[in-house]
Amino acid sequence: MSTTTARTAGTPDADAAPARRRRGVPWLLLASLGVAALLVASLFTGQYDVVGADDGAWMFAVTRVPRTVALVLAGAAMAVSGLVMQMLTQNRFVEPTTTGTTEWAGLGLLAVTILAPTASIMTRMGVAIVASFVGTMIFFLVLRRITLTSSLVVPVVGIMLGAVVGAFSSYLALATNSLQYVSVWFAGSFTSVFRGQYEPLWVVLVVLVGIVVAADRFTVAGLGRDVATNVGLNHDRVVMLGAGLVAVATGVVAVVVGNLPFVGLVVPNVVALRRGDDLRSNLPWVVVLGVGLVAACDLVGRVIIAPFEVPVSLVLGVVGSLVFITMLVRGRRRG
Amino acid sequence: MITLANVRKDYASDVRIGPLDVELPAGGITALVGPNGAGKSTLLTMVGRLLGLDAGTVTIGGYDVTRTPSKQLAKVVSVLRQENHFVTRLTVRQLVGLGRFPHSKGRLTADDERHVSDAIDFLGLHELEGRHLDELSGGQRQRAYVAMVLAQDTPYVLLDEPLNNLDMRHAVGMMQHLRRAADTLGRTVVVVLHDVNFAARYADHVVAMKDGLVVEQGSPAEIMRDDVLSRIFDTPVSVVDGPHGPVACYF
Repeated sequence: MSTTTARTAGTPDADAAPARRRRGVPWLLLASLGVAALLVASLFTGQYDVVGADDGAWMFAVTRVPRTVALVLAGAAMAVSGLVMQMLTQNRFVEPTTTGTTEWAGLGLLAVTILAPTASIMTRMGVAIVASFVGTMIFFLVLRRITLTSSLVVPVVGIMLGAVVGAFSSYLALATNSLQYVSVWFAGSFTSVFRGQYEPLWVVLVVLVGIVVAADRFTVAGLGRDVATNVGLNHDRVVMLGAGLVAVATGVVAVVVGNLPFVGLVVPNVVALRRGDDLRSNLPWVVVLGVGLVAACDLVGRVIIAPFEVPVSLVLGVVGSLVFITMLVRGRRRG
Repeated sequence: MITLANVRKDYASDVRIGPLDVELPAGGITALVGPNGAGKSTLLTMVGRLLGLDAGTVTIGGYDVTRTPSKQLAKVVSVLRQENHFVTRLTVRQLVGLGRFPHSKGRLTADDERHVSDAIDFLGLHELEGRHLDELSGGQRQRAYVAMVLAQDTPYVLLDEPLNNLDMRHAVGMMQHLRRAADTLGRTVVVVLHDVNFAARYADHVVAMKDGLVVEQGSPAEIMRDDVLSRIFDTPVSVVDGPHGPVACYF
């Protein structure tokens, strides 16, 4: 645009955009400190006396540190996956557990367990990722067929798809006598996270970097195919990219931790409620709160019936479904 | 100049738009008018490559729409659909900033920020730039969308019924904004208008469509005639002289 239009008197151009961001920074810092405190608590929560016992330091390094790192990576992965899925589907109620993505990852895992019981963790991870990607793409294809973009139809379709895949997994497990494996998987938990087992989760960092780089593409895609095309963006390619990144994150988390429901739903929605939907500036918040939510729920699960543990997925399920219902009710009242 | 040569879109065996052979002049405002279902929006969205052609070629300022990479076209032409229901909660400034995507791929430079500020000021949205879209009235939101396509800084701007759902004051305001975009910024604005009187008052060139074909085109004075309008809209229309030029009466 030409500069002939006069800028409103005396307002320097530069301060217009970041003005609102200034207020957010200390809050983000505070939130990060709060989450850091949770993580420290996670390091020192458990039955084994890591400070007093002779091999305490060893136990600390083998179980507590991996568990806490896994909390961070898995929480961030699921929260960010939900954020990206919500952008790509233009729907607030979508996340890997309401699109069938998680169930597909589970089916992939089960298939490996049956077909190649001795497969390495990398092979299992690869299969889970491919299965997640296939499942996510199937969801997007189905979504394109239904023109009913009513906000609730979309997650219902996803949950139905997921239920079909989950039912098939159950049948397969029943037929091959591996039902126990499936039920352990569905109850996603950090109990069995230890050194030598959790390392694939570091792949999540690659996904996070990918999402940061492509953040604006996802924001544009979130405005729909026409707006994306208008600014010269290939909408299909962005959807593929997003589905791929989400599949990697979901697949890896599925292999190491299992099913973590509602994280991708609750966190991005809470963040969007306060901050709107600019993906790039929301990402730090979504990561911090995703980690915080998973860490808090894991801590609750560890202390509530100590010395035993409740799977984190159970705690997340309770917290998540409450938030989900609140969102539905509030949304209806507003609409 | 936008040239359509033998352009066709087939919807069903008996419903088709075209063949269209028409030239839309560079500069000024060109209004597309005609009854419902005449194919105005189809023409506009095909020119803006949001809809594929079934035959023919469209060139915008020398660029063949089907052959030119979408990225490159995004610097030549911007297009805004009629219905924009964004679930995404963005502020006005963030939305307008996305219009700079073809130039900066999302990372706004100081130059981009200046374009964004100019577009926001141009549509009188300065006070609202920090507001979220869902906190705006329909008219303000429509202005924000137009600011986004203006910030894209393309010589050609295509708008599908930008006056839809606007009351009198906002509709007039929007047309004045577009008039200024054409006059002071030198944009070529092609706009689908429902009300032929807005076309008569603000457009330089009027293209009338009916049953998928271009049936009339010319200056507003040439279109604003009883017989021409009655034929286009299939309803008796009388044109009277108003304070600002001819006004079509069809009540």
